[in-house]
Amino acid sequence: MGEDAESPKINHTFLRDYVTEADVISTVEFNQTGDLLRETESKGESEEVGDTGDSGEYNVYSTFQSHEPDFDYLKSLEIEEKINKIRWLPQQNAAHFLLSTNDKTIKLWKVSERDKRPEGYNLKDEEGRLKDISTITSLQVPVLKPTDLMVEVRPRRVFANGHTYHVNSISVNSDGETYLSADDLRINMWHLGITDRSFNIVDIKPANMEDLTEVITAAEFHPHHCHLFVYSSSKGTLRLCDMRASALCDKHTKLFEEPEDPGSRSFFSEIISSVSDVKFSHSGRYLLTRDYLTAKVWDLNMDKGPVETYQVHEYLRSKLCSLYENDCIFDKFECVWNSSDSVIMTGAYNSFFRMFDRETGRGVTLEAWRESSKPRAVLRTRRVYTGGKRRRGDVGVDSLDFTKKILHMAWHPSENIIAIAATNNLYIFQDRVNPETQTQ
Amino acid sequence: MFPKGTKRKFSDSGEEPVSSSDQGQAASSAAAARTLSSSYSLQRQSLLDMSLIKLQLCHMLVEPNLCRSVLIANTVRQIQEEMTQDGTWQIMTQALAAAQCPADRLVATEVLCRQTDAAAQAGQSPKPFSGDVETEVTMSTLSPVSPQLSSASYLAGPFGEQVFGTFEIKHPAPPPDPALEELFSDVDPSYYDLDTVLTGMQSAPKMGPYDLLESLSSHGPTALSSSSSCRSDLNELDHIMEIIVGS
Repeated sequence: MGEDAESPKINHTFLRDYVTEADVISTVEFNQTGDLLRETESKGESEEVGDTGDSGEYNVYSTFQSHEPDFDYLKSLEIEEKINKIRWLPQQNAAHFLLSTNDKTIKLWKVSERDKRPEGYNLKDEEGRLKDISTITSLQVPVLKPTDLMVEVRPRRVFANGHTYHVNSISVNSDGETYLSADDLRINMWHLGITDRSFNIVDIKPANMEDLTEVITAAEFHPHHCHLFVYSSSKGTLRLCDMRASALCDKHTKLFEEPEDPGSRSFFSEIISSVSDVKFSHSGRYLLTRDYLTAKVWDLNMDKGPVETYQVHEYLRSKLCSLYENDCIFDKFECVWNSSDSVIMTGAYNSFFRMFDRETGRGVTLEAWRESSKPRAVLRTRRVYTGGKRRRGDVGVDSLDFTKKILHMAWHPSENIIAIAATNNLYIFQDRVNPETQTQ
Repeated sequence: MFPKGTKRKFSDSGEEPVSSSDQGQAASSAAAARTLSSSYSLQRQSLLDMSLIKLQLCHMLVEPNLCRSVLIANTVRQIQEEMTQDGTWQIMTQALAAAQCPADRLVATEVLCRQTDAAAQAGQSPKPFSGDVETEVTMSTLSPVSPQLSSASYLAGPFGEQVFGTFEIKHPAPPPDPALEELFSDVDPSYYDLDTVLTGMQSAPKMGPYDLLESLSSHGPTALSSSSSCRSDLNELDHIMEIIVGS
C-alpha cells in the first residue's frame, strides 16, 4: 500500500487537549452516540468526558473508581485494579450503562444525570432530618428545582468468579441483553441481568498445560448478528463462531488465516503475527485486525487471507531482536474503524498513530504530543526516516521513544472525532474540514 | 540494513534481517547457510538463553502475562526444533552432560533427552558464551551467568505446567480458621509465595543470582507498584547481575 502522504480527507485539524493528570490510561471508549467518552486508568479510576455540545469540546463529566485492587490469598498475588476494557451498552433510557473489566471481574455501571432535586418535603427538613410531626401544620407539594448537574455512577451488577485467567476483552451483543467476556483460554457469555451464572462458549485450555501453544487475544460480537462472534489468537488466526451451531463453540464456523510466507520466516514470525485487537466494521462485513507490524482488513466471506494489509511500522522489522529483548514486541496495540468504515486507525511508538484511507491505500502518521499541541492547532503529519531523501522533521528509527506508545484509542461512532490515549494523557481530535460524517 | 548475500541469518548486529531480497530462496538452502554460520548459531543460542531467562522471570512480573509466556515458550521450542534438526542440540546436551558433576543433574539430563515428550526435550543450560556474542546481545551482563542459571533445568519435567500453571487466578477460599491463622501468623507469607514461584526450579543449584532473585522477590509482588513494568524489573536485575558478576 502507499507510503505516507498527506491525504486531504484525513488530514486533521483541531486539537483539543485534555489532560487527565492521572495514571496510565488503559482504555478509551466512545458510547453509541458519541456524547460520552470514557477513559480509564490503571489505578482503576474511570473518568468520563462529556460533549458539551456546541463547541464540540469535551470536559470532565464524571469520575469514579471502578475496581479496587484485590488480593488473591491463595496465590499471594495482587489482582490489579487496572481496567482492561470498557464497553458502553446501547442507550435505552435517560441513563447510560457501561461495562468495565479488570483482570478478573466485570462490573456494570449506571451513569445517570441529575439536574433537579425535589424541595419541600413534608416529613423531612432541608438537611433530610425527620421533622417533629407536631410542628407540621400544613401540607405542601414538593417541587422539583433545578440544581447543578450531578452525575451519579452506581455499580449495578458485579460479574465475578467467571474467569480463571486474565480477562482481555468484553463485547456487548447486538441483542442488548448478553455480552461476552474473554480471557486467555476461555470465552464466557453472560446475561446482563444474571451475575451468578455464565455460559462457557469457547474453551481452548488443553487437558495438559504442557501442550498449550495458543491463547485467545481478543473477541467481539458481530454488530448485527447476535449469534456470531469472532476471536483472535496468539498465532494470528481468527475464528468466526456461530452460537447456533452448538453450545460450545470450540469448533469454528470459519477460520481466517493468512498463509505464512516461507521466505520471511524467522524466530519472531509467530510473535509478530499474534493478533492484539480485532474489530468488526460498522457494516459487519469486514474485520480489522492488528498484529505487531501491520493492520489487516479481512472480508468475512473470504477466509484465505486479508483483503488489505497496511504496514504500520515496517521499519521495525529489522529491530525485532531488540524489541524482543526489551519486551516491546509484546505490546498490544488497538485498532479502530471510522464511522463509515473508510478509514482505519491504529497506534505506534513515539506517540505516533497511523491512519489509513482504505480507498486510496495511503497512510499518514500523526503525533499525539502535548508539547507541540495547543487547542485548535492543526496536526501536522510526521515521518519516520527509512531511507532516501531526508526531510526536515523526519524522525530516525533509532530516535524513536519506545516508552511512548499509543495503545488505546477510540473513534466517535458517527463523527470524525477521535480519542487517543498516550500514557497518561488523553487527546481528542476533530476533523475541521469534515466535522460531520461523509456519507459513503 | 540488509546484509548482502545473507539468507535467513541474523545480521551482524544481532538483529533479524528483513529478507525482502531473499524471499524466493528455498528453505533448504537457508538451512544449509545456517549450519555453516557459527555466528548464526551463537546468536540463536543467545536468543534461546534470553528466552529462557524471560520465562523464569515471568513469575517476577507485576502482571503475569500468559500470552507472553506462551509466545516465548513457543520461540524456545522453535529454536530447539531447529537445533535438533541441525544436530547441534545433541552436541549441546552431551557436552553439558559431561560438564555436569552432581549425579542428580546427570539424571536430569537423561530425563531431558527423552524423545517421548516434546516438552521434556527442552534441554540443559546452554554452553558458556563466547565473548563475541556478549557484545551482540543487549542483555550481555546476564550472559556469563546464564549458563550456570539452571534455566534449562527449569525446563526439565513438566515444562508447561511450571510456566503456565501459575497464571490461574484462584478465587479466594472461605475465611480461614482464626486459630490456624494465629498459628501461622508469624510466618512471612511472601516466603511461601517464593516457593510457589520457584516450584519448577527444585533442582536449581543455589547460585548467587538466585539468592538475589529470592531477596528481590521476598518483598513480594504486593510491594511492587502496579505501574512498574517488566522492563524496569529486568533493568534492575541487569544492574544487580552486573554487580555480582563484577563486569
